[in-house]
Amino acid sequence: MSATVDIRFRLNGVDTEVTVPAGMSTLEMLRERLDLTGTKYACGEGECGACTISVDGVTVNSCLMFAADCDGRELLTIEGLVASPVGEVLRASFARNGAVQCGFCTPGIMMQAQHVLRKHKGCERADLQRAIEGNLCRCTGYVKIIDSIAEACVTADTEQGA
Amino acid sequence: MGAAVDIARGETLIGKRVPKMDAPEKASGRTRYIHDINLPGQLHAKILRAGVVHARIVSIDTSAAKALPGVHAVITAADVPWQRPIGVAKDHLPLKTDRVRSPRDEIAAVAADSAEIAEAALRLIKVTYDPLPVVTSAEDALRPGAPLLHGEELTWTAPDGRREVLHAPSPDNVAMTFNYAQGDVARGEAESDTVVEDVFWLHYVTHCCMGVSGVIAEFDADDNLRLYSNTQVPFLHKREFAELLGIDPGRIRVIQPPIGGGFGSKLDIYPFEPIAIFLAKITQRPVKLIFTREEEFLASPTRQPVLLKLRSGCKRDGTLTFRTVDTLHDNGAYTSWGATTPFVMMQTISSLYRVPHCQYRTRAVYTNNPYAGSFRGYGNLQATFAVEAHMDKLAEAVGMDPVTFRLRNAQEPGEITPQGMHFKSCGFKQCLETAALRSDFRRKHNEYRAKWHDSNPLKRGVGMASMLHVGGGAKIYPSDGCGTILKIDDFAHLTLITGASEIGQGSETVLAQLVCEELGLPLSAVTVVNNDTDITPWDVGVHASRTTFVAGNSAIGAARKAKAKILAAAAAKLELPVERLGLRAGCVVETGSGNRFIEIGKLIRSLHFSDKAELVMTTHYYEPPSQHQDREFKGDVSAAYAWATQVAEVEVDTMTGIVRLLRITGAHDVGRVLNRLGIEGQIEGGIVMGQGYATTENLIVENGVVRNPSFRDYKLVTAPEIPAIDISFIETMDGEGPQGAKGVGEAPAICVAAAVANAIYNATGVRLYALPFTPENVYRALKGQAQPPVWRVAS
Repeated sequence: MSATVDIRFRLNGVDTEVTVPAGMSTLEMLRERLDLTGTKYACGEGECGACTISVDGVTVNSCLMFAADCDGRELLTIEGLVASPVGEVLRASFARNGAVQCGFCTPGIMMQAQHVLRKHKGCERADLQRAIEGNLCRCTGYVKIIDSIAEACVTADTEQGA
Repeated sequence: MGAAVDIARGETLIGKRVPKMDAPEKASGRTRYIHDINLPGQLHAKILRAGVVHARIVSIDTSAAKALPGVHAVITAADVPWQRPIGVAKDHLPLKTDRVRSPRDEIAAVAADSAEIAEAALRLIKVTYDPLPVVTSAEDALRPGAPLLHGEELTWTAPDGRREVLHAPSPDNVAMTFNYAQGDVARGEAESDTVVEDVFWLHYVTHCCMGVSGVIAEFDADDNLRLYSNTQVPFLHKREFAELLGIDPGRIRVIQPPIGGGFGSKLDIYPFEPIAIFLAKITQRPVKLIFTREEEFLASPTRQPVLLKLRSGCKRDGTLTFRTVDTLHDNGAYTSWGATTPFVMMQTISSLYRVPHCQYRTRAVYTNNPYAGSFRGYGNLQATFAVEAHMDKLAEAVGMDPVTFRLRNAQEPGEITPQGMHFKSCGFKQCLETAALRSDFRRKHNEYRAKWHDSNPLKRGVGMASMLHVGGGAKIYPSDGCGTILKIDDFAHLTLITGASEIGQGSETVLAQLVCEELGLPLSAVTVVNNDTDITPWDVGVHASRTTFVAGNSAIGAARKAKAKILAAAAAKLELPVERLGLRAGCVVETGSGNRFIEIGKLIRSLHFSDKAELVMTTHYYEPPSQHQDREFKGDVSAAYAWATQVAEVEVDTMTGIVRLLRITGAHDVGRVLNRLGIEGQIEGGIVMGQGYATTENLIVENGVVRNPSFRDYKLVTAPEIPAIDISFIETMDGEGPQGAKGVGEAPAICVAAAVANAIYNATGVRLYALPFTPENVYRALKGQAQPPVWRVAS
């Protein structure tokens, strides 16, 4: 069988060690080895954003990243995000503003949204649309997702200013 | 954003912006979709597909696959001689016996310890084929001497040797025909001052649910089947699976985890479901089968592609006289719900506008292409596209503006159409007027048209289209009903058990709202159970935009019975006449003054822990007052009808062919808004799905082969591309609707392509007859190099 790799990384703030096949994707590792099923498979080739996670503060499609390349890095998934203040703001805003229908794309978009909130405060609507262009949603038509991120931007700014 | 509803003060929930009850869980990544469920001892299944378009199967050798460590079963049709055909016409065996008709066809399947091992085993299966001539268009399939897809009868031999013919041979590749007529089209044509005729081509698109298809099947020790399924029709499937397996439907339990998008894709049984069941039966282990995205593109259904010839006429004063429609549906290799979309198409053709004389003929024809299923709108996008193009052409021919011309022919409340539809509530004219006003349609339409020949290569245009769709269920099956069980516990917590499935559209929240409204309880007091056929009462399924209407009325019925019981108990306890009592803010109150007498929970406890010892549990079954159509397709098939007008404003770059959808102004007759947040979400999502149909999405099928089975090459609309959206709700308060509401799920997707086509014409003076409006197609049309669709059909 295929070669395996021992890797260590921080996952949602917790030191994690795991042995993975060399060819395994980060998405497969999260879902199948670590039982973190909030990160979704929807295309497996980096086109839909449903598997978006944050690695060292940058959002990536976890289906395109080898699990072995997580070694030594800091990973944040939806499960870690919603345990944080930013995640709480986003979750509340997504629910209140109707950003969720079938919900399958939602964790990936939440992850992309936290990146927006951390990196580009005070975004214009058009900027937010560009920011989530790599995330496909088939239900909502994006309007309420954009509403939600816009409101979360304001809330996060207010909270940071306070 | 509305302020939170203060139920303690007895405020109504109806019409408010109520967040979906499942949103926090979904936004936390905690919701367990079928992909996230793993059962102890579970095996993983994969399917070997033919990959060839049309061939005889000469031999299948599974010996090497069976020998691979970790493989538990490899099956072909030979291993399940008792399998029976599935689908609307029962022309489709899950595992193919001697012939493949499409590259997606299922040849063999493997159950193994992991998906990787199953995948590896597939590569070890050797199949030899003897190629057959291929038919890849409906027109070719009708030519004399064309190869026949289902030229032989499909028979089934029971274990006792009894032989049944399950599907009769089709000697001409015609799978299904529909003919509808009203009035006398020849007379209508004779009375016309203007007649137009065109041919339209409506292309292949597919659902692209973000959650790929999947199923988990397991049998218990008593041979009862438990199926974790993404279906939209659990109770119908129970019956069909029972037939397929030759077992009592009572032995089948369908559990529905939350689903990652439906849009009509999950209304039929597809081969992967019986195949997982076969493997579970043979291995006696739970078997999980999940598609890859590529497989989802190749082997899930498409929207029905249609070639449509339309001839219509009107008088000089703009009155419509007749309409003759011939359509050819590329059925693909097997028959699923797509073939039956004429049921809906003919409603638009006969009854969206008043047309005295009308004829509609259609054939669904077998080819080696992917087969078509049901998809949000169900044929109505295709019919509306053609009808609304002709409304604009006729208006122009008689020198009327598009709004006035439509208003002249629009339906009104009280109308009973020649097809038998009775429009008890009908806000069509308000929809037309509102959308026209809010989009400044008339002014822009004149202004943009005047700029056809100026030097600016960027042209703008506005176009409008309207739609009629069922809004109060659709009586297709013996019953169009839905059952509800309601129990209120000792702490006034309410469990609403409904047959209606939540598929992301927000039905559980709307149903909870309706029940809370009756019982004066807050939403937080409700748990909705809607996902297990062993628990939930019967429902026909999530389709035909029916859930809010039918399941809503059912839920209200159960709530009213519970309310009557609570109030009767309160009246006895308080020694007051029941007429003086109501329920509000969790209490029994005096109607009028609102004075609180007793908390509902306390009253229920006193009822429970008394000599009478009663619980508050009620049931209700609601059957909408609609009719089955007769053999001529006439009848009042829905208890209510929904209307909408949408205006599209576009910018066409005549140098590149790029069409930008700038704005959609929509006016929807929804009866009444129940959940403003939810209904906006349905309409916005539907509009963007319609935008994809119009401008970006195209499942490219060449010689029977899908050429673009990925999100890289099949282009869904992304966030930066969406139009500005302005929605007006026309609240006609339907007399039969729950709190006055009508169905809305499909409506918003229906008009967009038709409105965009009319807008492109208004921008450029060039009319496009074939979808999609990709830059390449638009550019060719603008340069006069597009080949318009042609009707070359043997009659």
